[in-house]
Amino acid sequence: MGRVFFFIAEALRALRRSAAPSLAAIVTVVLTTLLLGVFIPVIKASSTTNENVRSQLALRVFLTTDASKKRALAVRKRIDAIPHVARTEYISKAEALDVLRKDVGHGSLREGLGQLKGNPLPPSINVYPDDPDNLDSIQAAVVPPGPNGKPTPISPAIDDVGNSDQLSGEIRTVTNAVKIILLVVAVLLLVVSLMLVANTIRLSIYARRREVEVMKLVGATNWFIRWPFVLEGLIVGVSGAGLAVGILWVGKLTIIDPLVDNFLLIDNFSTIGFVPLIATLMATAVVVSALGSGVTLRRFLRV
Amino acid sequence: MALLRTRARRRDRAVRDQPPPVARRVDASSDGEGPRPPIVELRDATVVYPGGHVGVERVSFALERGEFAFVVGPTGCGKSTLIKMLIREVEPASGEVRIAGRDINRLPAGRLPHLRRRIGTVFQDFKLLPNRSVFDNVAYTLQVTGGSRADIRRKVPEILRLVGLQGKVHSYPDQLSGGEQQRVSIARAFVNHPPLLLADEPTGNLDPETSIGIMQLLYRINRTGTTVLVATHDREMVDRMRRRVMALDEGRLVRDEATAGYADESTSEFALRVRAEMGVGAGYVTGS
Repeated sequence: MGRVFFFIAEALRALRRSAAPSLAAIVTVVLTTLLLGVFIPVIKASSTTNENVRSQLALRVFLTTDASKKRALAVRKRIDAIPHVARTEYISKAEALDVLRKDVGHGSLREGLGQLKGNPLPPSINVYPDDPDNLDSIQAAVVPPGPNGKPTPISPAIDDVGNSDQLSGEIRTVTNAVKIILLVVAVLLLVVSLMLVANTIRLSIYARRREVEVMKLVGATNWFIRWPFVLEGLIVGVSGAGLAVGILWVGKLTIIDPLVDNFLLIDNFSTIGFVPLIATLMATAVVVSALGSGVTLRRFLRV
Repeated sequence: MALLRTRARRRDRAVRDQPPPVARRVDASSDGEGPRPPIVELRDATVVYPGGHVGVERVSFALERGEFAFVVGPTGCGKSTLIKMLIREVEPASGEVRIAGRDINRLPAGRLPHLRRRIGTVFQDFKLLPNRSVFDNVAYTLQVTGGSRADIRRKVPEILRLVGLQGKVHSYPDQLSGGEQQRVSIARAFVNHPPLLLADEPTGNLDPETSIGIMQLLYRINRTGTTVLVATHDREMVDRMRRRVMALDEGRLVRDEATAGYADESTSEFALRVRAEMGVGAGYVTGS
């Protein structure tokens, strides 16, 4: 018990004696934690929005205008059997017109719609893949190449297949690029912060390497020397992370919370919760700092 | 909590009432095998530094308990290497280093700190912890060995009185003179009452006047039963103290005399003052 107090007293003494390096270490921890604290929710949010965009990619199978509902459902059944098809949806002529009316909204175009005689729109089947990357294979299955090389639909009721090929391809490239860039930036940031913290701690230990040497010569065990340093790192980590979390919390209250209503407009918007976020940040900062001290000290313990 | 603390206190008391376990073990082994092994014994010890430089070469000698011996020689002759070998700061390429009969280079690394606690070491550059007061510098040795707070409060002022620094307890090393810093260093080395005290050029940075004081202090410590080995290049002073002298030259032991010295009629003020303090001189028989 007395030993624990001794170690804590030693750690506090060391912090007090080398106030400038300790402060530098704390500031480093604050800044990197702050960056991570902003970055993690952003990555999380952007990848969920990406998922949303990608999940809206679908294949539209247009049927001939005179195709009966019975035939349409038979076609739908065949499409359902194709691998990688997650879900299909039958849009009847009437529903298609409703959708069009909604899209057009109020205005002169709406009036134009009213002048139509009958319903010129074909019924269609929306095909949703389990993964947007499989859109092409599904299309190939719906319209396989015939014996003469020309693509022939699996059913004569199928008039045309809308893939919006270019659009889906572009979206796919962009979302993949965004994903990769975010991941690279996140990894770089993590590496940089680790090196900053480790370097700061290394400097403060280097300044005291003679002290460590003397301790060894009077017969201190490695752990007796190491504990105060580890505790010092722990104190630096906790105070730095605590400060950063405080700043993040204030930021959340003043900037993010008033905007929450706007975020709700993006459907399915989701990001990491505040409590798991601060728990992750605290744990990371503390472990990195404490390990940083303990591991860096190894070099100086070989006397 | 309270229970734990009383238990710990009781254990402390029990430990204090008994002789330290290491010492007991040494006694037991020596009882069984007749004469006690010498406290320090080197057998053909050779140290080769990385790069091929030979620190010491085939050095053999034994130091009996309670002896006061000097290792002398010019700078670079291997004195410091010898001292470092005894606390295993360097390890010999061949040969054996035995402390109290045990080969310290076979000691597992985890036991090394325990060996060093049984050996007090004094350095030319003092090696004090600069950001600790005199009291804390000396107390650190006791904290390392798990000394209780009461123990520290009792022993530290006592040893500081012995080295004559009772008035400087709360000073920091940079507020002290060289001689005073060396006294702190000696106090730190001796506060555990180790059976062996090593001093590497303890007067190397000090003027002759101060050096006499330091030598007297080391001699006083020797008279409490502690074996003292001093490495120094101050050959004149050594010869006048009429103690065992081992001379090194280029890493080899070239001279080992039980009471080296000039004639008794040496009359320099320096020699007279040293001998007067030590009680050495005409009519004084060593070891009585």
